[in-house]
Amino acid sequence: MADTTSKSYFWKGFRDGTPFIFVAVPFGTLFGVFAAEAGLDIVQTMTLTSTVFAGAAQFAALQLLQDQTPTAIILISALAVNLRMAMYSASLTPFLGAAPLWQRACAAYLTVDQSYACSIVQFEKEPKMTVPQRMAYFVGSVTPITPLWILATYLGAVLGTRIPESWALDFALPITFLAMIGPMMRTLPHVVAALVAIIVSLLMVGIPYNLGLLIAGCAGMVAGAQAELIAERRKVDA
Amino acid sequence: MTHPDPVAVWTIIIGLAVGSYALRFVFIGLVGDRPMPPWLLRHLRYTAVAILPALIAPLVVWPTATGGQPDAPRMAAAAIALVVGLITKNVLAAIFSGAATLYGLLYLLT
Repeated sequence: MADTTSKSYFWKGFRDGTPFIFVAVPFGTLFGVFAAEAGLDIVQTMTLTSTVFAGAAQFAALQLLQDQTPTAIILISALAVNLRMAMYSASLTPFLGAAPLWQRACAAYLTVDQSYACSIVQFEKEPKMTVPQRMAYFVGSVTPITPLWILATYLGAVLGTRIPESWALDFALPITFLAMIGPMMRTLPHVVAALVAIIVSLLMVGIPYNLGLLIAGCAGMVAGAQAELIAERRKVDA
Repeated sequence: MTHPDPVAVWTIIIGLAVGSYALRFVFIGLVGDRPMPPWLLRHLRYTAVAILPALIAPLVVWPTATGGQPDAPRMAAAAIALVVGLITKNVLAAIFSGAATLYGLLYLLT
């Protein structure tokens, strides 16, 4: 009978993940266009989008590639953008850590903003879910967007080279990222982290190889963590 | 359009694919159900929210398309996208408002 309930949790995840189609499709298309603009061919674009499967890091890597950044710095910076995946992985571990290794290996590949956001809410809401039910829900939540993300990237890459320069697509990346940053500002420490990172990145713009990005990123992380500690202490004192 | 060096591109693709997977696998796959130090989790919480603005800020202030000259339509579009995202918590609404601002001002000013 466990199989039937797992199946229904898969479909529950599927329904909860469906609205993210409206994010994944335009964002995937935009990435395809941006990759074509950056000079990647279809095979490169599709390999990147289906193996890395993390829009923000992919955008970051291509932006730095266009700025003639050394390869090692590109890799470190883009992986730093993806460090949040490690956080998601860490946060999901108490719920999914008891699943068989092959399932955890698949879940790792499918760990994205959307599957994490859906699953963590669901797992905390229904603490009595079994591990197979949680795994079914997790996979279900990412099933609607995975094929569409890859398809949308392909369409964007095919269309990309035909889009004229007057469309100002150079600014698609900043707008998309800024749009993503707004909803991330959930607490004051998040705002502090972002503000410190912005100020340091502007001050460090003269440093070669885009190292300023890493320095600013680290400064923002430390600032956020410290702001959280101070906020917690205040809460205890009050 | 410039074509980047294929060796560099493939190095980045493979490095990112392996590295991203490693980041996703490290805790759920290797740590299993052992607990992690709170200081590490505290820093990991702020990675995305620090790295993304740091990446974007110089592009907004000194856009590549204008040869690094600060540009009113791009600044305004950036501000609108950020503010709409902050208020509505809706990524798509923020993208569309930012894009509308950019195209509107580019059309009016050029």
